[in-house]
Amino acid sequence: MNSLMWAAHDSHVIAKRNVIKIRRVPEVLMFVLISPIMFVLLFAYVFGNSIDIPGGSYREFLIGGIFAQTVIFGATFTGAGLADDMQKGIMDRFRALPMSRAAVLVGRTASDVIYNVLSLLIMALTGLLVGWRINEGLVSAALGFALLLAFAYAFSWVMAYVGLLVPSVEVINNASFVVIFPLTFVANTFVPAENLPGVLRTFAEWNPVSAVTQAARELFGNIPPGTPEPTAWPLENAVLYTIIWIFVIIAIFAPLSVNRYRKAR
Amino acid sequence: MSTIEATGLVKHYGEVKALDGLDLFVPEGTILGLLGPNGAGKTTAVNILTTLIRPTAGAATVAGADVVKSPGKVRKRIGLSGQFAAVDENLTGFENLDMIGRLYRLGRDSARVRARELLERFDLTEAGDRPVKTYSGGMRRRLDLAGAIVAEPPVLFLDEPTTGLDPRSRTEMWGVIRDLVGKGTTLLLTTQYLEEADQLADDIVVIDHGREIAHGTADELKAMIGGERIEVTVTTTDAVAQARDILATFSGGEVQVNERSRKLIAPMSGGSVEFRHVLRDLEAAGIAVYDVGMRRPTLDDVFLTLTGDVAESGLDSQEEKVGV
Ligand SMILES: Nc1ncnc2c1ncn2[C@@H]1O[C@H](COP(=O)(O)OP(=O)(O)OP(=O)(O)O)[C@@H](O)[C@H]1O
Ligand SMILES: [Mg+2]
Repeated sequence: MNSLMWAAHDSHVIAKRNVIKIRRVPEVLMFVLISPIMFVLLFAYVFGNSIDIPGGSYREFLIGGIFAQTVIFGATFTGAGLADDMQKGIMDRFRALPMSRAAVLVGRTASDVIYNVLSLLIMALTGLLVGWRINEGLVSAALGFALLLAFAYAFSWVMAYVGLLVPSVEVINNASFVVIFPLTFVANTFVPAENLPGVLRTFAEWNPVSAVTQAARELFGNIPPGTPEPTAWPLENAVLYTIIWIFVIIAIFAPLSVNRYRKAR
Repeated sequence: MSTIEATGLVKHYGEVKALDGLDLFVPEGTILGLLGPNGAGKTTAVNILTTLIRPTAGAATVAGADVVKSPGKVRKRIGLSGQFAAVDENLTGFENLDMIGRLYRLGRDSARVRARELLERFDLTEAGDRPVKTYSGGMRRRLDLAGAIVAEPPVLFLDEPTTGLDPRSRTEMWGVIRDLVGKGTTLLLTTQYLEEADQLADDIVVIDHGREIAHGTADELKAMIGGERIEVTVTTTDAVAQARDILATFSGGEVQVNERSRKLIAPMSGGSVEFRHVLRDLEAAGIAVYDVGMRRPTLDDVFLTLTGDVAESGLDSQEEKVGV
């Protein structure tokens, strides 16, 4: 086997180990399943009735944003998992083994996709219950889910890097809020980007989270007729812009993280 | 050429000199005991030799491979059981060993067979399919050690393998370690217990503040620091000075006194005969004794003798330190 195949082999071994943990610590899974339900219900009923958007239902508009925000929050698990491994010393065991230097990270980000698949599934079901609908056909919707997942996967490399930098699970949970809150709120997730003032509007328009949200809305067919067309390039080309970001994020954060792992501590 | 060779190892953490020019040589098939108190630099040395950290200066080779230039080669030839058991709590004992076997690239079937074999050898067969969460400290330690030898590496590093174990588990662990090295493995073992180094090591390096302060076989070191110690606790503070004079006549003058606890410690080479004579003289002088006993020299005694100073954080803190 060549070194790439060994890297895949080692990553698979690590991913398998992480999956066993998902099964053995069902509390985490419960949280993963309950929080999306909570988010959908909370936003749909608390905000969904109080904001009007021209020509359509705010609730339907909202769901895409909640999907995006929730899968991005899911990346925290990646960082927390790595920080936990560092804290418990198991990382040192891995680092002293003749295994691929990327495997611990690749295995981790790969196994964490499970969390996002599950939470998307739960959110979609909850969404359907509260009146969200797919209006663009199943193929397009599948693309929408795939794009959300791919973006979340890329973002988990950002959190992987953060997880290797900070010393503990508690810190990573707090640190992730500092990164994720501005990113997911200064965006078109909950209000149209055009409604934001000045600099915030520009940030929101170029924010990749806005693009992934916009792309999801388009692919699910959740943009009510008569909604004004976005004027910023990233939102006009939301799918393309999102894909570019996915590659850019991975291209930057995967090598950064692997390098950090090599000489952790 | 030695299997482990380190020359002039230095590691600085800012102002802290964790290692300050340490040399180590471990010939093939022998055990080196690296003995030192908390913060002496034991773990730092192990971490450098196992490629976990890079030295600030100095060089080291393990089984012929340079730890800085070809860490990958080193990792193929070593097994490590770190100071704190690095086992995955959520996996079973079997899954832990199986995973490590796969990562050493043993192949699916060999990894499984090997995992079962090791569980049996380390007396974990019954617990083998239970999550490690439910293991006792001693069981985790044994599992961690098993993890280090999954691939039967020719060179093994054990960082305080028995700290936090009860005396029975400790003795068991010694048996296991002796067994390993009987098969030609080269071993570097760190410990805070002189007795442990004595039991296991062919050669002992005593370090403090990142530097070697003594080097020799257990017998050589013991000759250097004298034999057993007598410890006497008297009932009144007034009697301390008198007791000291009596002990001094037996130990050639060297007596360690703690006024507050009314405890006196002196080296004693005459065995039980001399012990009885001390008791006789104390009684003749009318000194009421609260407690008296002989004990083997500890790391504290080594330090007292070699540096004239009490080890910075000696054995008193050992109880608080849990190795798992
Ligand atoms: N990552 C680090 N950053 C800063 N200082 C460190 C670091 N690692 C170790 N040190 C310092 O280096 C010195 C040696 O530490 P080391 O862990 O090697 O000691 P040790 O002999 O293993 O002690 P113990 O018996 O407590 O395990 C200590 O003063 C410690 O505080
Ligand atoms: Mg240590």
